[in-house]
Amino acid sequence: MSAVPIPIRATGPHPAAAALAARADAAITRRAKPAAPASTGYRRARAPEWIVRAMAMLAGIALFVALWEIVARQGGRIPAPGAVWNAAVTIFSDPFYSKGPNDQGIGWNVLSSLKRVGIGFGLAAAVGIPLGFMIGRFKFLSDMSAPIIAMLKPVSPLAWLPIGLLLFKAANPAAIYVIFVCSLWPMIVNTAVGVRQIPQDYLNVARVLNLSEWKVFTTILFPAVLPYMITGVRLSIGVAWLVIVAAEMLTGGVGIGFWVWDEWNNLKVEHIIIAIFTIGIVGLLLEQALVLLARRFSYS
Amino acid sequence: MDSDRYLCIEGIGMTFETRKGDFVALERIDLTVKKGEFVSLIGHSGCGKSTLLNLVAGLLRPTEGGILLAEREIAGPGPDRGVVFQNHSLLPWLTCFDNVYLAVERVFPEKKNLLKERTHTALAMVGLTHAEAKYPHELSGGMKQRVGIARALAIEPKVLLLDEPFGALDALTRANLQDELMRIVGNTKATVLMVTHDVDEAVLLSDRIVMMTNGPAARIGGMVEVDLPRPRERLALAGSRRYMELRTTVMDFLYRKQLKQAA
Repeated sequence: MSAVPIPIRATGPHPAAAALAARADAAITRRAKPAAPASTGYRRARAPEWIVRAMAMLAGIALFVALWEIVARQGGRIPAPGAVWNAAVTIFSDPFYSKGPNDQGIGWNVLSSLKRVGIGFGLAAAVGIPLGFMIGRFKFLSDMSAPIIAMLKPVSPLAWLPIGLLLFKAANPAAIYVIFVCSLWPMIVNTAVGVRQIPQDYLNVARVLNLSEWKVFTTILFPAVLPYMITGVRLSIGVAWLVIVAAEMLTGGVGIGFWVWDEWNNLKVEHIIIAIFTIGIVGLLLEQALVLLARRFSYS
Repeated sequence: MDSDRYLCIEGIGMTFETRKGDFVALERIDLTVKKGEFVSLIGHSGCGKSTLLNLVAGLLRPTEGGILLAEREIAGPGPDRGVVFQNHSLLPWLTCFDNVYLAVERVFPEKKNLLKERTHTALAMVGLTHAEAKYPHELSGGMKQRVGIARALAIEPKVLLLDEPFGALDALTRANLQDELMRIVGNTKATVLMVTHDVDEAVLLSDRIVMMTNGPAARIGGMVEVDLPRPRERLALAGSRRYMELRTTVMDFLYRKQLKQAA
């Protein structure tokens, strides 16, 4: 009996789904490992896979902290892990205090950043998904929009900030607007690609049965495009979370990006490092939530 | 109604416009199928047999000629023809039941419980009652194709169109499904037009085999009446002289008269 898990081939309709399926398959193989006969002793010689994984993760973190400690001891202004930890305990013991607009707890800062991302992204989805469907379905629209999208997509979202300030004359809507712009392109492009990738077979089924347009949309187009849309959402949210920090540094107000800048002005480097970890962890959680969502809707 | 001329393909020509100019796929095809007849189209790949099937399905419009089904011209795809696609074409986000139900619901203006009843019956016919709640990816290739057949038959089509229905299956599964298709078609007296490139499959299942010449501008090169008595038994036929003769006739056409230059 071979103890090597046989890789199950992932046959997703597109790379993202395939990757997810592969991950899901890996999870299955791990769980489905047959109960080895006690006589072999082979399994006992090796620690279970999850323990090895957990050990590797812990080793990575330990190495990271050790390097950080070494760097901090070289002098300079980088605070040591211990100092940052103590500062973090203080900050997170009261994350939701509010002493005026410029002094609020880290919880409020994160939430207001998330709120901006949510609104900007929501608007982008509301505009981008229907637009993506139309561009994917009608070649003329696709040809019409292709050069514009291709040109605007590589522009840093922050370059749009002055236009936002000009249009809205306020920092908050301008930041939301930047999120909107940067989320829009992945939503449009992924939805359109999804629509174009719908296998002709599925559409033939619809044609042979003479399904109504509404039925075609609800039973074929929408479910077929959903995995692509979720990929679009993932890319959008990822970019939006990157961009919001920079946008808030420029616009000020309440938000994690602004907080970073404020703490830089106060020269509280510990807090900047805490902010970096917070931003990273929130981004990680967003990503994981969307990966779970995508797995729910992958049909491979 | 003239049941000898149930499906009439009259003077069909099909020309595709391509970048390199026009491509004539089919030329002057005439074929009539009787009600309840099982006709196979056989030919080398690229001979346009699938194109002909798609024309009957209404997925393509002929550039010449016309097709009549039960004395009505075919003007587009419609649920009076049940199509079984080569690669099953089940919607992966619907269960087997829902895949069949989607078709049934479209065709019969009945109450929900009757529609469900029809769906159950169709899946029972292909022996998949136990798999109704499963999704396509949980099924084997043969089972998927059975659901495809159930979906096509559940709408009680005037003609069943099979596009190399077992081409993607392994030999054992294929034999199994062929037997099952024979049984189902025997019970339902369905009119069938099947595209295949498998000589044994054609002889085993058909009442008549239509042999097509190589494309471009493919035409009907010959026809063979399969006068083997029904019900047919795969094993008994293997030793039958008539079966061998018929098989040889088709093989002779395919591999001598229409030998395709190695592509």
